[in-house]
Amino acid sequence: MVMTQPSTGPPSESEWRPKIVAFLCNWCSYTGADLAGISRIPWDPSVHIVRVMCTGRMDPTFMAEALRLGADGVIVSGCHPGECHYQEGNYKALRRVHLLHRLFDGFGIDRKRLRLVWVSASEGVKWAEAANDMARQIRELGPMRAAHDD
Amino acid sequence: MTTRTKPKLALYWAASCGGCEIAVLEIEEKILDVDAAFDIVFWPVAVDFKVKDVEAMEDGTIDVCLFNGAIRTAENEHMAALLRRKSKVLVAFGACACEGAIPALANTTTRQAIFDWVYRDSPSTVNPEDIRPREETETPLGTLRLPAFLERVSALDQVVDVDYFVPGCPPQAHQIWAVLETLIDLIAQGRPFPPKGAVLGAGDRTCCDECPRTREEKRIAKFVRPHEVIPDPDKCLLDQGILCMGPATRSGCGARCMAVGMPCRGCYGSAPNSRDQGTKMIAALASVIDSKDPGDIDRILDGVVDPIGTFYRFSLATATLAGVNGSVTTREGKPSPERVAP
Repeated sequence: MVMTQPSTGPPSESEWRPKIVAFLCNWCSYTGADLAGISRIPWDPSVHIVRVMCTGRMDPTFMAEALRLGADGVIVSGCHPGECHYQEGNYKALRRVHLLHRLFDGFGIDRKRLRLVWVSASEGVKWAEAANDMARQIRELGPMRAAHDD
Repeated sequence: MTTRTKPKLALYWAASCGGCEIAVLEIEEKILDVDAAFDIVFWPVAVDFKVKDVEAMEDGTIDVCLFNGAIRTAENEHMAALLRRKSKVLVAFGACACEGAIPALANTTTRQAIFDWVYRDSPSTVNPEDIRPREETETPLGTLRLPAFLERVSALDQVVDVDYFVPGCPPQAHQIWAVLETLIDLIAQGRPFPPKGAVLGAGDRTCCDECPRTREEKRIAKFVRPHEVIPDPDKCLLDQGILCMGPATRSGCGARCMAVGMPCRGCYGSAPNSRDQGTKMIAALASVIDSKDPGDIDRILDGVVDPIGTFYRFSLATATLAGVNGSVTTREGKPSPERVAP
């Protein structure tokens, strides 16, 4: 059921495709993405989902490691504020992402490569939009390692 | 025992301040025990052997080499490779050799930007002809050579194979002696050395574990800098809003800074079971910031002056994100706008 954006066909071997790692919490966002799948709502195939129990479990080391291992962007998606299954986990994620963004400045990494979104279990459409929007953003920014792997 | 049968010890400094060398002497009269136990074959700061003496040795001649300092220049790199070849056991000694430490903070900018600042732009520089150091200079008396200034600063194990790590800026005297004493005993008894890659002369907990201060449930609503307050002598500094790297730093120093009211700067490097001191600190710190509102969080975080220099003061060379994006350049190859001048 995975479909690309309307105008693009299968990419050629040489064409760069972004890699985006999305960490989704088990209770809201993963279920929301699942709903998007059941509802046959397409989203960008460059977004790869990793399920975690809670965004509060998201050590910033994981986000950094994803980028080091070749991701061009990272999405962290959790329950809406006040709706965390574990009460406060998503607030921890919020503060960590804010702090990690500040660190990105020092490393010369665009803050737009790490995005925090809130998607509930009923928001399949919102998940697809968030994934597509991030993929569009990362295509605009280009590959993370352009300057170095050449 | 004759000199001939003594194990051979070498000490070397690469890109360092010299503090590690002084720290070795801080073991005081025990330095005589070191001299009694080892044949010191190379130690530029104290003993008059030359590089050519090391080059003349057979490979693996040196039993233990304590190598301090980061890798900044081509000369540092050359000496690291040379001493690796000549040594049975190579020890990354001190924070710079372990994780880059202070010299590696230069990785937030570029070689070009550093040279521009130092030789042209800094207010104290008068250099109207814009003369820059060159690797080779022709003079009437011959060619003068300087080692190349590398683009990035590396930790020792990023350029050569390293057997052990002794962290600290500098390693504390009692820890240095403990390491040397252990090595002396193991060699004397012919027993096997610790497993390769081990961190010696440090604890296996975090700095907080050694800290004498009382911790309560942390709630930080405002960060303060050490010069702005007189901290309560008994309470955890982080509880008081002073940014202390204790939670993300390896134990072993005895929490000496906190004992005198200064926050931990993180010199013992990444905590055990963590490979990135900075992101670990972010994880710990973000958990205790007392706000759920994005705007308010940003206002509190404005109190963290220089995040990269605070969280990675002693470990930038080995940071997970170092080099991910060239670490210092945007993808167009331009220096990051926030970090041009050192």
